[in-house]
Formats: sequence, structure tokens, C-alpha cells
Amino acid sequence: MTQFLQYAMGGLATGSIYALVALGLALIYRSTRILNFAHGDITTAGAFVAVALLGIGLPFALAFGAALLSGTLIAILFYFCVLVPAQRREATQLSQIILTLGLGLILQSLIAYFGGHEPQPFPFPLSDIEIYGVGGIVISQLSLGILGTALLACLLFYLLVQKTRLGLAMRATSENLPSAQTMGIPTRRILAFSWGMAALLGVIAGLFLAPLLLLDPFYMLEPFLKGFAAAILGGLNSLPGAIVGGLILGVSEALAGGYISIAFKNTLAFLIIIAVLLIRPEGLLGRKFVERV
Amino acid sequence: MDLVKSYRQELQLIRRPWTRFWVAFLLLLLLALPCYAPGYVAHTAALIFIYIIGVLGQNLLIGYTGQISFGQAGFLAIGAFTFGHLSRMGVPWPAGLLCAGIAAGIFGVLVGFPSLRLKGPYLAIATMGFGIAVYQVFVNSEWLSGGRMGLIVPSVPPFGLSETLFNYYFNLLFAALFTLLTYNIMSSYMGRAFVAIRDNEIAAEVMGVSLTRYKLIAFAISSFYMGIMGGLYGLFLGYLEPNMFTFAESITIFVAVIIGGLAAVEGSIMGAAFVILIPQVFSSCKEMVPAIFGVTIILILIFEPMGLYGRWFKIRLYFRNWPYR
Repeated sequence: MTQFLQYAMGGLATGSIYALVALGLALIYRSTRILNFAHGDITTAGAFVAVALLGIGLPFALAFGAALLSGTLIAILFYFCVLVPAQRREATQLSQIILTLGLGLILQSLIAYFGGHEPQPFPFPLSDIEIYGVGGIVISQLSLGILGTALLACLLFYLLVQKTRLGLAMRATSENLPSAQTMGIPTRRILAFSWGMAALLGVIAGLFLAPLLLLDPFYMLEPFLKGFAAAILGGLNSLPGAIVGGLILGVSEALAGGYISIAFKNTLAFLIIIAVLLIRPEGLLGRKFVERV
Repeated sequence: MDLVKSYRQELQLIRRPWTRFWVAFLLLLLLALPCYAPGYVAHTAALIFIYIIGVLGQNLLIGYTGQISFGQAGFLAIGAFTFGHLSRMGVPWPAGLLCAGIAAGIFGVLVGFPSLRLKGPYLAIATMGFGIAVYQVFVNSEWLSGGRMGLIVPSVPPFGLSETLFNYYFNLLFAALFTLLTYNIMSSYMGRAFVAIRDNEIAAEVMGVSLTRYKLIAFAISSFYMGIMGGLYGLFLGYLEPNMFTFAESITIFVAVIIGGLAAVEGSIMGAAFVILIPQVFSSCKEMVPAIFGVTIILILIFEPMGLYGRWFKIRLYFRNWPYR
């Protein structure tokens, strides 16, 4: 039983990172119907900015803030400079998805060019080795920090979306774009804000993941795919679904890795994607989509 | 476009005498290429020919049928390793190549089943999952991938030609065959059904196109092409390892389709040439190659959604109606 709880605890920490990634993906999908294939690369870019700033001796908080800001700026710039012109020229949904792929490729090679291919450690104030024990279960300082930050970010994000005027505008925009425009909501600015928020959540996840892994230009690829799986599990157009999906994926992955085989751990996410898409494509908490003729 | 007066004319591949002349000229130029160009040009050209087959297959799926797939590297890997293992067992290469195509085609049908229920982004993720899952299976099982040293593929006896020359003509033959095949598929009932599905699924179904059958056929044909490309690739390189078939490979083929032009056979040829030549030209700064691909994709999707083929088409049209606009 203790072992089970121990696995579950570790799973919750990774799951909360997946949840943050999934939240960003779901936010963008919900408001623009675009799957953001550059999400992982925006996150990586943020983490590399943080490393570069730490390298020249800036304090951690400042580097952290700059990383968040740069990720957000990349996403907002992409929205205004690429997506808006593309939409003006009546780009299809598919080609908008491919545009995000293009952004991903550009960021990847810029990161590889400036950051180098060599894996490098990421200095982080929380330690991976210092652990706390509660009733036989141990949790490292870092995992605790990840869990706390992720839950705090989710809570703040929930308050933003549900309790503020801005959140109301975001919900209206994603619900029905033309009628939101008719009601006087500046939808373009709201959508840009959504892209920025999504990138922000992603960069938070990336920065907390970096000390667990080594930093190289592709370190976010796998967490990003897991975030995808989590978003699909919870339902791509549901924000609470993304959080629930992330936590479920993290815990089940940890349990599968602990009880079945460690090799099975990485394949599980894809099995989940395929199973969910076949059985319940709208996900656990998503709404069913109906096509009108 | 030309004015088509009869169905016979519609089926014709080349409608103008001058086009006939230019195509013949180009073919002669290609046939004679090893005589006047240095060896590495023939080598690169052979690689382009191999890629043309895969890009054509992907274009059939994305450009003509409108079903997105990010899992092409998976089919490529299945075809390549099927061919590799069969030829190590002593199966003659034509049979091995056919089996490679068929094995990939079978997996294409299996992946095609979810496509009956999934659309757009969801299909993209499902196929991407497939591609990465295939890669992981090959990485994790040594008897499939031939272990750490990779799988050595025995080469075909080159009919008394030098290796470069043989590779060049062999792959030219296959690229030409598959280009012709694609033209013919697209002007048959099947091709029209694909285009109808892309343009409007519900309307196509109302007109009597069986969505189940033609979507599965599209997946099967596309992955058959990928399987053949895999076999030829294995033969060309002489060895195979799973790291050739990562997600990046799917992206390369996808990029070739987008840059060349969706739903254009000539575009696929241009796209294949683009993705092979760019890394060769910029071999001094390899990190920047994805950035060039990315920028090109963004520019093309915003300014020229028909890709290089669209640009070429417009230039041709301009000269054809020259004094008028």
C-alpha cells in the first residue's frame, strides 16, 4: 500500500506538469481550433532564455520572469505576425495547424544554433535530493515545489477564466467568435492573450521540468506529446479536462512503470491516445462535436 | 487551364505538342545526366527520386484526399525493414520490394480505420502516435532492427553498371513509374472519389462515394508508396537503423508536400527536390535547415497556398497569355 501511494505521489508530480502543458494546448484549441505543434518548442525557447540569463549571473527570479515573458511574447508575436495574416487570406484550419509546425521548426533550429546540442544541467533553487517523509511516503523538495506551483497556477488560471471580465471575454470568444465580435469584445486581442497565457503555462511547466531532465533542444518533445495525450484524455475543448487528464496520465504512467515494466511507461501515453480516440473521441469531460450540413 | 472537349482528352496526360516536346527534352536530359554531371549529382538525384515516391504517396493522402498524416515515417520504417529482412533471407528484390509495399499498405489500412471516425487535428495526433510508436518498437526490439550495428541490406547485382550509375537509373525508373501511376490514379474514378472526399465528405457520400472504402484505399495506397520508398531507401543506403525513421522524417516528407504544392504531382517532385537539396546547399550550417523549412512553410501557406507548383503554374500562365493579363 505504501509503495502504491509512493508511486501515485511521484505520478502526481509529473502529472501536474502534463496538466500544465495540456492546459495550454486545450486553451488554444478551444479558442482557435488550432492544435499548437509549436507548444513544446516555445517552452524550450523559454527555458533556454532562462539558462542564458542565469549564465550571465542574473538572480533566479529575474531569469524565471524573463523566460516567462519571452515565451509569452513569442506566442503573441506568432499570433499577430503569422496567424492573423493567414486568416485574412482565408487559410484553412489545417494550414493554420501546419503554420504552428513551421514555427516549431524555426524555434528548434534557433535553439540548436544558439543553445547548442549538448545536454546541459539546469540550475534550480529547489533540490532533487532533499526529501520529506510523511507516513512512509517520501517526496522530494522539487516534486513538492512542482506540485504546489502547478496547483497554484491552475487555481489562478481558474479564477482568471471564471471570475474576471477578461475570462468572460475569453469564454465568449471561444464559444462563438462572430457573436462575441458583435457584442463588442476585441476578439483579436483576446485571442492573442489566450496564446500568451497558453505559452506562459507551458513555460512554467518547462522550467519546473528542466531540473528533472537535462536541457537540450528536444527535451520538451516527450512531455509535450504526453501533454497532448492528457489533453485528449480530458477532452481537447475542456479546461478542467486537461488538468484531470494530466493528473490521471501522470499517476497511471507511474503505476504502469512501477508495477508492469519501465519500458511500458512511455508507450502508455500513445495507447491512451488511440484508445480514447477510438472509444470516446471527445474525451472524459469534453463536449461531443456535431457536424452540421 | 485548357479547354477540354472530350473525355478522351481529359484522360490525356499531355495536351499540347509543345509540352510533349519539353517533357521529352527533360526526360532525355535526365537519362543523359550521368554522362555530363559529376558523380555526387547523380547520387543526390537518386535520393531525390526515392523521395519523390514517398512524397507522391503523402500527397495522395493529404493533398488529394484531405486526410492529414504525421505518421509516414512509421510506414517508411515498416517498408524498409520488411525489405531488409526479406532480402537477407534471400528473397529476390522485386518480390521483396512488393512485400515491403504490401506490408506498409496493410498497416496503412489498420491506421486508416481510426480515420473513419477522426478528423483534422485528431487524425494528426493519432497518426503521429502511430509513427512514434513504430519507431519505439523498432528501437526497443533488437531482432527487428538488427541491433546496435543496424541491419545490413545486401545490394542488388548491378547489371554490369557502376554503383552510382545503377542507383541512378534504377531509382529513376521507379520514380517515373510511380509518377505515371499517380497521374493515372488521379484521373480514374478512384482519384475523383478522393478529391470529392477532400472537398466535402457529406456531399461525396450523397453522390454515392463510399467513404469507408475510399478513405481506407487512400491510406493503403499512400502507405504502399511509403513502403516502396522504404525498400528503395534501404537498397540505396545498404543498411538500416531505427534512427532514420524518427518523427523528423515524417515532418520532412510532410514539408515536401506543403512546399511543393498540395494536390499536384509536379509539386511533389519539386517538393522532394527541395527537401533534399536545401540540406545539401546549406551543409555548412546544418542547424539552420529546419528554420529554412519553417520559414518556407509559413511564407508559402500565407502567400502561395498552392506551393511551388502554384507559382510555376502562374508563371506559365503569364507567358502563355503574354500580351494580355
